[in-house]
Amino acid sequence: MTKHVLIADDEPNIVISLEFLMRREGHRVSVARDGDAALAAIRSERPDLVLLDVMMPGRSGMEVCQAVREDPALAGTKILMLSAKGRDTDLAKGTALGADAYVTKPFSTRELADKVRELLAGV
Amino acid sequence: MLSTPLVLAASFAYLLLLFGIAHYADGRGRQGRSLINNAWVYALSIGVYCTAWTYYGSVGRAASSGLWFLPIYLGPTLGMLLAWTVLRKMIRIARRDRITSIADFIASRYGKSRALAALVTLIALVGILPYVALQLKAIASGLALLTGSPGTAGPWWQDSTLYIALLLAGFTIAFGARHLDSSERHEGMVAAIAFESLVKLLAFVAVGVFVCWGMFAGPGEIFTRAADRTDLAPLLGLGGGEHFAAAQWFALTLLAMLSVFLLPRQFQMLVVENTDERHLKRLSWAFPLYLLLINLFVLPIALGGLLHFGSGRANAETFVLSLPLALDSPGLALLAFIGGLSAATGMIIVEAIAVATMVSNDLAMPLLLRAQRGSPRDVSALPLAVRRTVIVALLLLGYLYFRVAGEAYALVSIGLISFAAVAQFAPALFGGMYWKGGTRAGALAGLAAGFALWAWTLLLPSIAKSGWLPAAFLAHGPFGIALLRPEQLFGLAGFDNLTHALLWSLLANAGLYVAVSLARAPTGREAAQALRFVDAMHDAGHDVGHDSGARPVAWRGAGGSDELRALAARFLGVDSARRLLADFARRRGGSPAAPDAELVNQLETQLAGAIGSASARAAVASVVEEETLAPDDVLRMLDETSEVRALNRQLASLDRLKDDFMSSVTHELRTPLTSIRAFAELMRDDPQMDPAQRQHFVDLIVAESERLSRLVNQVLDMAKIESGHAEWRNETIDLAALVAHAVETTAAGFQARGITVTVEAPAQVPALHADRDRILQVLLNLLSNAAKFAPQDGGRVTVRLQADAREARIEVRDNGPGVPPEQQRLVFEKFRQGGDARARPQGTGLGLPISRQIVEHYGGRMWLHSTPGEGACFGFALPWHAEETKP
Amino acid sequence: MRSSKRRSQPATLLRQRLLALFAAGWLALNFPLLAVWDHPVRIGGLPLLPLAVFGGWALLIALAAWIAESGADD
Repeated sequence: MTKHVLIADDEPNIVISLEFLMRREGHRVSVARDGDAALAAIRSERPDLVLLDVMMPGRSGMEVCQAVREDPALAGTKILMLSAKGRDTDLAKGTALGADAYVTKPFSTRELADKVRELLAGV
Repeated sequence: MLSTPLVLAASFAYLLLLFGIAHYADGRGRQGRSLINNAWVYALSIGVYCTAWTYYGSVGRAASSGLWFLPIYLGPTLGMLLAWTVLRKMIRIARRDRITSIADFIASRYGKSRALAALVTLIALVGILPYVALQLKAIASGLALLTGSPGTAGPWWQDSTLYIALLLAGFTIAFGARHLDSSERHEGMVAAIAFESLVKLLAFVAVGVFVCWGMFAGPGEIFTRAADRTDLAPLLGLGGGEHFAAAQWFALTLLAMLSVFLLPRQFQMLVVENTDERHLKRLSWAFPLYLLLINLFVLPIALGGLLHFGSGRANAETFVLSLPLALDSPGLALLAFIGGLSAATGMIIVEAIAVATMVSNDLAMPLLLRAQRGSPRDVSALPLAVRRTVIVALLLLGYLYFRVAGEAYALVSIGLISFAAVAQFAPALFGGMYWKGGTRAGALAGLAAGFALWAWTLLLPSIAKSGWLPAAFLAHGPFGIALLRPEQLFGLAGFDNLTHALLWSLLANAGLYVAVSLARAPTGREAAQALRFVDAMHDAGHDVGHDSGARPVAWRGAGGSDELRALAARFLGVDSARRLLADFARRRGGSPAAPDAELVNQLETQLAGAIGSASARAAVASVVEEETLAPDDVLRMLDETSEVRALNRQLASLDRLKDDFMSSVTHELRTPLTSIRAFAELMRDDPQMDPAQRQHFVDLIVAESERLSRLVNQVLDMAKIESGHAEWRNETIDLAALVAHAVETTAAGFQARGITVTVEAPAQVPALHADRDRILQVLLNLLSNAAKFAPQDGGRVTVRLQADAREARIEVRDNGPGVPPEQQRLVFEKFRQGGDARARPQGTGLGLPISRQIVEHYGGRMWLHSTPGEGACFGFALPWHAEETKP
Repeated sequence: MRSSKRRSQPATLLRQRLLALFAAGWLALNFPLLAVWDHPVRIGGLPLLPLAVFGGWALLIALAAWIAESGADD
């Protein structure tokens, strides 16, 4: 069954690379370019997994993650956070807010694909 | 002879009277019309120093060695002269830190050490037992004498003294262990003690008057007759023929002077119960006066008794009773007995309460806390139960000592054993108040050594001399080692046992205190506390009793406010806790936000009042994660000069800026890198990729690489300019030509977006002296910004150059969306990009900040004028003649 | 690290006087000076030494009272 992956990032080129990667993995892809659009898309399209960038205009990735986790209707959504910030505190914050995984940029496409596969396996 | 029921009834009535006074005073205190906030009452309350010892022991001592009873009272007299300095400092410290016992005081000074608090408590507990026993003995023998009953002979369950002890225990509990929170003063107790001081003074003076003028024709006759008898005459002198008499007199005086401060009951009344510092002035002379008056008739009574009964035939200690009885004044004898009872009761009540507080806070609660870690049971009832138990135990143990060792010594000697015990606190306590170098290890070492030596040279011999330990070790030393004989330690012979013990114990105590303290530098916490104590008088005199905000705040941890509230509720009770937190929030203006160090500190102080400062620290530490203070932190807390503070603030903000910048740069650098890496990997992993797609990705990699290079260059540029390391190659510039050149360079970009560019410039402008490339950089930056934000197909950009006598002004105006007012300031900050962030075109965010730096380097200024919806106008001005400024 | 703002409390007259009295008291009421009075002499029927000791004691108290209550404040 094809899974639906939402890519939430404001950097166009990163979106392109992620889109390509996810399509190659066989998933259906939609895109949001800022935090508010991401949240709206999650609510309306109910993707199985969100690739969520942290530094976004409007609502930050952290805020989106928190909002999703606070909504019981969206409990099934897997969240994989992407960020250029890689300090322990950021990682801890992300996990504390309920992200299922946290990957720092620049990432390895192979690792990212593996993680996505892992997360979607349980869905 | 009086009938026992009568004596008991009178005693009971008197005790009830005391209780009534206490009750009344408590009530007045609650109403706010305190009875005890009065210098005279305060001075009288210190009369608790005079116990049954004064009543019986002094007379006994005078009868055997004349004036040698006096140093016990001369010492305190001299000590009181220091009240205004030393005592005031102690009171200030205690008030500020809510210290409620001497164990607390010492432990607090050395970093709130629980071990130290426990040791001090132990010493106080053991040391005070002889003193308690003394009181019981006095009451017992007085009672026996008065009623003619056999006294303490017989098995212990028939011993009336035991029941007296239990009765007094109950009385003490009723007096001072009815409710918790010993930070409240015991108004009732103080009033009662002041009253009983008066009673015992009057009773004693009454007996004195009776003996002098009732039995004899005045003191003159007593002394004359005494002088005529060879056995009594020496009592009128000092008996200076003894070896080391000077040393002994000195030692006794010193000992008494220390004890008037260090006995638990003294500390309680002097420091804890003090209501006003200014009372200390009255105290300086009023208390010595009291001592003088109560001692005035000691010698006449002693001599009178000896004259009447003949020496060696009657127990001199009970002269105050036996003389009135012998002369058929049972009423006076009863009054004297009540006076003695009063003296003993006063001592027991205050001493027991003080010691019970210490044991509860510094021995029991820490153990209980450790056992209960994690289980949030309400423990507010526990300290009270502990205190009551301790009071009963104390009296029973005192009784035990009385049975075991009470017969060996005269009352005076027993009391001196206790004095010597509490004297061990002196180095740690007074050293701690005046020497910043004192450390916890030093205090522990000194106290331990002093206590050990005291026990060896005084306590054990007293028990041995009563027959409960084999006396062989007294004469020959333990295991026959003569050098270790308790009363001639290391061969030091010739002194009386007290002076000898004092010498060794204080020597070892003070010596180890200093030596061990100097062995290692104080820790951060110790240094912090040392400053608070030693410099306590340097704080402003006001704010005593309130937490002054200027106090260095040592907590640096986080802790949920819920946890703190739970902690407070657990020990102070739910209502007090709620009140405390609300109070704090109100003073801070607003609802309690996250707890900060000040709140935690205040909470700790409040708790200290209830359970002792060492336990409070432990409790709060268990909730809040505290970072240990390094000495650097302490120094930072100490620096209160405005210059250093300001510099530190500046440094901190610059540091923060640097950190922000660094994190922004790394983020900006990582973003293009992410794309580059991702595309490269995608191409590597898919050899069959569609060539068009591959080409697309390669183009993107190139673009992002360029972006990355630009960024790196700009960051380096920025760094160079800001640090002053940039190279400025100044030459003569024709601004008009430069502007034209800039527009030409960017023409392609504008054309592609359908934006028209207009240039307005005078034909001739004066020459500018600056780095051509840099100024061009600024122009290009402004133009490219305009290109980004001007609308496509219809965008208009105007470049205007103006020159006047002072400066050149260049403006680049576009008709884009403009910049909202709140963002106008931010536009020049690093990594901020204006306009609608969602539609942010590719840029580094560093262009404008660098431009501004360049302009300001030449003494110019840069600005932005914009109304949202009507475009933006970026401009800069460059003076013709300006000093180049290093940024 | 001590800053220029922190200066030691100026010893006030009250404190100094009391301290001086303290020192004097120790000297007067201790042995060398005390033993001076140790003679079997009587004044007004009262022996010298006790009289001297109590007298000195009273004097000490009186001086302390005068100093403390004289209003010389900190």
